[in-house]
Amino acid sequence: MPHADAKSFAVAPNATPGHLSGSQRERARVAYPLVTLPALLVALVSLIPLGFVAVVTVQTGWDQVVALVFRGRVGDLLINTALLEAATVPLTIVLAVALAWLTERTNLPFSRLWAWLAVAPLAVPAFVHSYAWISLVPGLKGLGGGVLVSVLAYFPFLYLPVAAQLRRLDPAIEDAAASLGLSPWRVFVRAVLPQLRVAICGGSLLVGLHLLAEYGLFVMIRFDTFSTAIVDQFQSAFNGPAANMLSGVLVLCCLALLGTEALARGGERYARVGSGAPRMVTRHALGPWIWPALALNLVTAALAIGVPFTTLTRWLAIGGFDIWPLQAVGNAVLQTVLLAVMGGMLTTVAAAPMAWLSVRAPGRLQRILEACHYYVGSLPGVVVALALVTITVRLVLPLYQTFATLLLAYGLLFLPRALVALRASIAQAPVELERAAMALGRAPLQAVRVTTMRLAAPGAAASTALVALGITNELTATLMLSPTGVETLATKFWSLTSEIDYVAAAPYALMMIVLSLPLTLVLHRQSSRASGSAA
Amino acid sequence: MSLLSITSVSKTYGSSARALIDVSLTVPAGARTAIVGPSGSGKTTLLKLIAGFERPDAGRITLDGTDLAGEGIHVPAHKRGIGIVSQDGALFPHLTVGENIGFGLPRRQEGRDQRIAALMNMVELDADMGSRRPHQLSGGQQQRVALARALALEPRLMLLDEPFSALDTGLRDTMRRTVARILAASGTTSILVTHDQGEALSFADHVAVFREGRLVQAGSPQSLYRRPADRQTALFLGDAVLLDAVVTSGQAETVLGTIPVSTTDDASDRGGSTAHKLVMLRPEQLRIRWLGLGEADLVKGARARVLESEFGGGLCRLTVEVGEGPSRAVLDLRVSGFDVAAPGETVAIEVVGQGHVLPG
Repeated sequence: MPHADAKSFAVAPNATPGHLSGSQRERARVAYPLVTLPALLVALVSLIPLGFVAVVTVQTGWDQVVALVFRGRVGDLLINTALLEAATVPLTIVLAVALAWLTERTNLPFSRLWAWLAVAPLAVPAFVHSYAWISLVPGLKGLGGGVLVSVLAYFPFLYLPVAAQLRRLDPAIEDAAASLGLSPWRVFVRAVLPQLRVAICGGSLLVGLHLLAEYGLFVMIRFDTFSTAIVDQFQSAFNGPAANMLSGVLVLCCLALLGTEALARGGERYARVGSGAPRMVTRHALGPWIWPALALNLVTAALAIGVPFTTLTRWLAIGGFDIWPLQAVGNAVLQTVLLAVMGGMLTTVAAAPMAWLSVRAPGRLQRILEACHYYVGSLPGVVVALALVTITVRLVLPLYQTFATLLLAYGLLFLPRALVALRASIAQAPVELERAAMALGRAPLQAVRVTTMRLAAPGAAASTALVALGITNELTATLMLSPTGVETLATKFWSLTSEIDYVAAAPYALMMIVLSLPLTLVLHRQSSRASGSAA
Repeated sequence: MSLLSITSVSKTYGSSARALIDVSLTVPAGARTAIVGPSGSGKTTLLKLIAGFERPDAGRITLDGTDLAGEGIHVPAHKRGIGIVSQDGALFPHLTVGENIGFGLPRRQEGRDQRIAALMNMVELDADMGSRRPHQLSGGQQQRVALARALALEPRLMLLDEPFSALDTGLRDTMRRTVARILAASGTTSILVTHDQGEALSFADHVAVFREGRLVQAGSPQSLYRRPADRQTALFLGDAVLLDAVVTSGQAETVLGTIPVSTTDDASDRGGSTAHKLVMLRPEQLRIRWLGLGEADLVKGARARVLESEFGGGLCRLTVEVGEGPSRAVLDLRVSGFDVAAPGETVAIEVVGQGHVLPG
């Protein structure tokens, strides 16, 4: 696992090249062609989905693009998407901030337990959340149902960064605001909330992108989004221009979200000003508010954990041993784990050159390449899958519906996760160590191997694990790209629920949760440690 | 006239950690008071109690005749009208310097901008810094902003929580003088909390020494330095030469000769009784003269043999031995670097002023 202080370490190596003059930096960049070249290659591959959308748009011709984009169906989908985002994101922010504040900054009883329960929904794939809700409330559908399940499935994405940021805040700032005559509520609004802005923006972006990309959740709840519409189109008319144009609009939606987030975040700095260690965080006494606070935590946990847990238990109890065809379940587990581990390692290897460059040789070229690596992860699985389907069918048919293509899709979708984990751990291995190893008689490559690669190993493991977690719960791209006969837990679960065989689907849902749970726990611990909390 | 009075205040954290034990202290209006003590002495706890961030377990805190804390009373921090400047300023990172300073002022107050400008001028910040962000300022500038922000509300009392300790040594002295001047100019009563005795002695008109949760001694810087209440306080407030002595009615027989002495506790040594005591002298009370050939007889003072001498630039260290037999004492002295005696040579030590008898 990346070390706790990954973030603060990450700054130091970047600072060194800052002292170099322009020409020196130029030389430093060219000095790593062996690393820059693969990074460049990966960046170019990352551009495939976007390039695909552009090429297809041009090939389709302007008139047909207009006909396909400016029609009622697209308008309906846009309205649906806008409503979904506008309702879900603010609700998620309010819920996540409230829970994070209560668990981190108040004397709420059992705050550690509630903190765990606020992260645990991550272990349940979004489409399993909606499966649980549909089982419980069969009539649930449309915008309301979509918002409810989305908030419950995605609020941990906001809870994690907000809670981490709350732990990092300097309590002296709140004291200062209080001493300037502000009541506790106004202290929160004027001094605390603004400092959570970066965490809220980042988490909201993640939630927003998931809303755009999610397919399974909204199909079950019978709410049309671009992702569901594209898959529908794909299943009825394969990779026709209609699906391609829809995915073009979806990409624009993603870009709009990215832009909105960048605007909202601004170029501000929210780090702690001043030196010295921050004081221990003080916890506010809730007084009589303790009951509503407990109720909020309890209700959230009941809805986000209790509902999937009880429905799954119910289906498993109804099904008994009969729904455990060991060969089928075992096969799906095996194939899922195999794909997850292979995809995880491949993605980690692909991200390694970029991670190394961004720490050791930051510069303009590096920033452009890094942006390519990051943007592709924000694209919905359906867009990446559609691009790869079209390209393999048109250009390299032998690769269509092969493991190679599927793994490539996974690599593209989860590249940012790998990059973040690797970057943090490479940043912990200062270049001085390599130099020391060389001064002690090691050849350059050997020096890198015995120092940096050794120290980055935990980061590589974390990166593999994070990507593997993503692959385990990936549905859309796997549905569209998997070779015939390949059935992961997600696709098997999906085909069974599509036949309304909720009982038989339960074991697959359970196995997905079981596989995700350890990683979710690790994620929670990491975020606690990253902020220097003793919890 | 006292502005703040603290009566028998105690505070315990958790089940056992006693942070403050029965502390009573009055802070005179318009003065600068320093609360000084090593870490863990309870000084920061006392500050939090005064500011209202914590509640005392027992005792009473009164500001200007109004109870702030006591049995069943707790005025919350934001209603106390007490300003605070903390160790690193605690500036709001999301606001500009100007917005930080105007944070406590009502948004639509008339003349708000002029007030901010005046405050910036008061703390000697350039007007064009108003649009900068806190992280673009140096440590000293950040502290000035924090001071201006606290002064904006014209607090009855200003708490300074180790405001200089994050600064470089040179800057620290300058800032201390600047802050003292600004507070004097605005007539604000202030309490400085610090672990640095030099800072406390030079900043304040009134010093309170804390140790292990108790108020050990309070008084003017001069009286505390010259007449500390006990040995630990004596050593905490500065270097000290401690000598065994036989004390008889204002005179102490020591290895450095007979010295006039004072005591903190007037009652104990009156009446001519004789007692073995510890007498404290500050190193600057010892005049050390190197004895050249021939003039030895003309120089007053006790004779001492130099054991070690360590050159240190302007100020050098001399380890000397005085007396013989059971009364022999080894003293560490500070001497001018101009003429340092070598080991084996003899120096004369003359005592200036009064010694101070430590209790016990």
